[in-house]
Amino acid sequence: MSNNNNIWVWIEQRNGKLMDVSLQTLGKGIELAKHLAGKVSAVLIGDNIEGMAKEIICYGADNVYLVADPGLKLYQSRAYTRIISELITMHKPDILLMGASNIGIDLAPAVAARVKTGLTAHCSDLQIETIDNKPQLVATIPGFSGGMIVKIVWNEIKPWMATVSSGVAEKPDFDETRQGAVVKVDYEAKDEDLQIQTVEMVEREPASMPVEGAAIVVSGGKGIKTNEEFKLIKDLAEVLGAALGGTRPARDAEWITTDNLIGSSGKTISPKLFISIGASGAAHYTCGFMKAKYIIAIDKDPSAPIFDMCDLGIQADLNEIVPCLIEQLKSS
Amino acid sequence: MKIVVCIKQISDPEYFPQITLDPETGSIQRDKVPAILNPLDENALEEGLRIKEKFSGTLTVVTMGPPGAREVLDWALALGADEAVLLSDRAFAGADTLATAYTLAEYMRKMVEPDIILCGNQTEDGATGQVAPQIAELLNIPHVTSVSEVSYVDESTLIAKQNIEYGGYLKVKVKLPALLAVVKDINEVRDITAEGIMNASDKEFKTLGAADLEVDPGCVGNNGSPTSVIGTFKQEIDRQKEILTGTPQEIANKVLQKIHDANIL
Ligand SMILES: Cc1cc2nc3c(=O)[nH]c(=O)nc-3n(C[C@H](O)[C@H](O)[C@H](O)COP(=O)(O)OP(=O)(O)OC[C@H]3O[C@@H](n4cnc5c(N)ncnc54)[C@H](O)[C@@H]3O)c2cc1C
Ligand SMILES: Nc1ncnc2c1ncn2[C@@H]1O[C@H](COP(=O)(O)O)[C@@H](O)[C@H]1O
Repeated sequence: MSNNNNIWVWIEQRNGKLMDVSLQTLGKGIELAKHLAGKVSAVLIGDNIEGMAKEIICYGADNVYLVADPGLKLYQSRAYTRIISELITMHKPDILLMGASNIGIDLAPAVAARVKTGLTAHCSDLQIETIDNKPQLVATIPGFSGGMIVKIVWNEIKPWMATVSSGVAEKPDFDETRQGAVVKVDYEAKDEDLQIQTVEMVEREPASMPVEGAAIVVSGGKGIKTNEEFKLIKDLAEVLGAALGGTRPARDAEWITTDNLIGSSGKTISPKLFISIGASGAAHYTCGFMKAKYIIAIDKDPSAPIFDMCDLGIQADLNEIVPCLIEQLKSS
Repeated sequence: MKIVVCIKQISDPEYFPQITLDPETGSIQRDKVPAILNPLDENALEEGLRIKEKFSGTLTVVTMGPPGAREVLDWALALGADEAVLLSDRAFAGADTLATAYTLAEYMRKMVEPDIILCGNQTEDGATGQVAPQIAELLNIPHVTSVSEVSYVDESTLIAKQNIEYGGYLKVKVKLPALLAVVKDINEVRDITAEGIMNASDKEFKTLGAADLEVDPGCVGNNGSPTSVIGTFKQEIDRQKEILTGTPQEIANKVLQKIHDANIL
């Protein structure tokens, strides 16, 4: 039917609301479709979701496969996997992207295994490159050594699948006048779908300011070792009105939660100001804020790779410099 | 109850900055880096041991990896696993998540038919979190990821708490056989005992290769991997890289000046 240009995005909805990460992923799908002169289809599953299908078209999808049923209101992993897999078998998309929400990363591997295709996670970018005279989807992931990136491709099996983390792509503009097709797909529950049932979903609001969308982000790493040190970082964030993020070791030490983890396994952000404190600058971390407008790094090790990735570097102990910064900010 | 726990040996994250990638294959060169058990797999084993204590049965630990991965299996035997299986073969090398899941699933399908499979939610070196759901799917059984709590309705039905964003969760009712991928909150891992270490040497340990499992050679290792690395590249980083010097007060002063000049706040 087509050559590389049939791009699908699974759009997640929770309680009648489209997930931001899904819309960002749709933005990536639209961008890829432009390169390939292709079409973007969304797959939307849930109950009472027709209004959302229209919304997705306004965000730029050419058509929406809509699967609505009261039994699909909440995420049902086996049912969703079967629905998407059957749609893939029937329509043979070339590329399938899913937003890397907690539910997205539960669903995507199951779909990939069922249709036996390749899936990449944690890419810092996805683009089309010409390889052997053919357009090929290329995923970029951070390498281990600082400043290195690794490129991953798929073999001939389609669809090429990827999960896309929060902030990697931009949410497309909303255009009320856009037109597209809504294709309704019937659903009938099978026994196998019911081997697993989500009986309840409890959603929570972020307990602190989320790093995504924040103008200023203060981010701490393994250099934070005591409560006093953490308090300094927190106070700095507070005087700046900044969100507080951190590295994986900072998350493991429970200074921050996974929701505020910066990097390839967490959030990708583009604040106006990013201040990194006590973090060496591993590629898996720095890829999460490379789009920040201005980057300040504080680390006591002058050879830390972070100093090759910042605009302003301070080679000092955080205990010396952060209190001075807080004081001056307070008085200015 | 037949319980299988999947564990993986990984490079110690403390040494990540020293890891290099093979410029040809793009695979990780781990030679000089010490290996540890993936931290969440400890929680997976702990949960397996608790299930065994609750319902009785046998607990098998399995890993796919090089011969040296035996270390983590010995540890699991000492903690209380009944038997350990190392899936090791040159043909398994270079596997992506699908080929890894296929190999583990083939072992389980042909040799154990588990009632419950436990995995870590993700590994710290690959961190894809894809292997667990893919094992389940290839066995055609349900899976739950990000599991932070489990309660049992009866021996064949459980309720899992699946973490989602910002402390929210799903309550998921699952019929066994099923696979659970666990996060750290699920339990406190027990300590290893001298007695456990002594008992471990009497327990069964098997190494199985591609021929033993009668796997499809096109589905394992590099051959069975639909994704592959095409190379590593240096990233272009265009930043001012200005290093400030002076006393902390002077530096703080300059920082404020810079922020002001750059017109950020
Ligand atoms: C597949 C994969 C995915 C990953 N995903 C992520 C991710 O999304 N996000 C992430 O962050 N990591 C991720 N990692 C881990 C990443 O590779 C690094 O291990 C991690 O970012 C290092 O964190 P860190 O800089 O805080 O710790 P370190 O590298 O240990 O750095 C600590 C720094 O603190 C400095 N320091 C110590 N004390 C002080 C002090 N008093 N004052 C000032 N400086 C001080 C030290 O000089 C050092 O430079 C991932 C790894 C893998 C393999
Ligand atoms: N080679 C392997 N051998 C055994 N179990 C594995 C292997 N790779 C991954 N797993 C299991 O799958 C989980 C998730 O791994 P990953 O998808 O690599 O993040 C791990 O915590 C293990 O429980």
